[in-house]
Amino acid sequence: MTLILIFLSAAIINNFVLSYFLGICPFIGVSNKISSAFSMGIAVTFVMTITAIVSWLVNNYLLIPYHLDFLQTVSFILVIASLVQFVEMVIKKVSQPLYRALGIYLPLITTNCAIMGLALFIAMKNYDFLESIFYGLGAGIGFTIAIVLMAGIREELDLADVPKAMRGVPITLITAGLLALAFMGFAGMITI
Amino acid sequence: MESQLVLSILTMGGLGLFFSIFLAIANEKLRVEENPLISKINELLPGANCGGCGFAGCYDFATKVVEGKVKPTKCPVNDPENTNEIGKLLGIEVETTTKMVARVLCKGGNAEAVKKDTEYLGPRTCLAMHYLSGGEKLCFYGCLGGGDCVLACPFGGIVMNNNGLPVVIEELCTGCGMCVQACPRNVIELYPVDVDVLVLCKNLDDPKTSSQVCKVACNGCGVCARKLDGAVTILDNLARINIEKIKNLETVPVEICKTGALTKIKAKGNGSLN
Repeated sequence: MTLILIFLSAAIINNFVLSYFLGICPFIGVSNKISSAFSMGIAVTFVMTITAIVSWLVNNYLLIPYHLDFLQTVSFILVIASLVQFVEMVIKKVSQPLYRALGIYLPLITTNCAIMGLALFIAMKNYDFLESIFYGLGAGIGFTIAIVLMAGIREELDLADVPKAMRGVPITLITAGLLALAFMGFAGMITI
Repeated sequence: MESQLVLSILTMGGLGLFFSIFLAIANEKLRVEENPLISKINELLPGANCGGCGFAGCYDFATKVVEGKVKPTKCPVNDPENTNEIGKLLGIEVETTTKMVARVLCKGGNAEAVKKDTEYLGPRTCLAMHYLSGGEKLCFYGCLGGGDCVLACPFGGIVMNNNGLPVVIEELCTGCGMCVQACPRNVIELYPVDVDVLVLCKNLDDPKTSSQVCKVACNGCGVCARKLDGAVTILDNLARINIEKIKNLETVPVEICKTGALTKIKAKGNGSLN
């Protein structure tokens, strides 16, 4: 039960993008089309889940036993950067079209603060191994939901009569703000 | 205190070493063998991924060129020098092609074309206007002024002027043809850059209607056909030029055209932004 609650909490109630405002850069940058937004979301979900696993291992078997908690940020950066490199190699080997479709987005995930935030949250909340995995998966799904919703709205916005000065990024930021307001409605439903 | 210092150095160093070895092994195991020519040719291509060649992108095109399925000249955008370079890499002869540019075959901007009595409030894209109601102008053949071509151009080579007409910036235009496909009324066509005299109108209405809907429409009067015997034919109330039959493009008397549809592209004032 706790696992499901953690998953839902990360995916919807404490959505990384719309409640914590992490990972805004890809959220604005890659939400032009639903298809590319979806592949970005899947890539982030994948990297988040793996990051949750490895950063939990590093934190609990290396940093905590030796009382090196102050090295969390640095070591997580190292872990995430190496993992994204590895994922890139695997995708290049397994599926060339996917590799070219993801293009620049995959390296961009390296510097995505949502993933860094995930690793630090896991360390902060003292989750156990299974809980961390569900937390990472939920956070990734939440990111996908947010970015696909945004892309859908933006595709419709292209056909709307937006005032000239507001076209492009301004209206996108306002839309993101309204979406975040809507997600505020979930606040406090599950407190973990 | 000192032990913690040593410990942290060891931990971070160890982690770094572990991941670097891990990545080095992964790099060996997962290396993808590909023809080094592909990336060399890819670098010589424009890299705009415009799709003008009909393939998914420049990289895809480079792959097909190496496989010998297409000729390097099939990229309409590329610099002739780079295309020659690709030919050298592959060891094949590359014939030169003249540069094509997009031409907007309509002069009926907001000032010239007659507007309908009704106001259009729908989506401001040419495609929607074309299918919904035909836009704001009475002319059924001309530019709608919605700017679909501007959005379609991957090179920023088309801008709308203050008169509501798209202007092609010749230096930026690469002739990829994206705007040609984007225009629902087929107002934009590709022409060799040295073709200087064109009929900038698509109106097929009878003479009376066409002069009612637009000040600069070609009404098919035939003055140009008589003056430039043989080089111009009138078909469906529209003058069509056969460029090959014109001996000297410089001396075509465009001023004989009463409405101004027959135009010298490079003459003063054409293609200005106002």
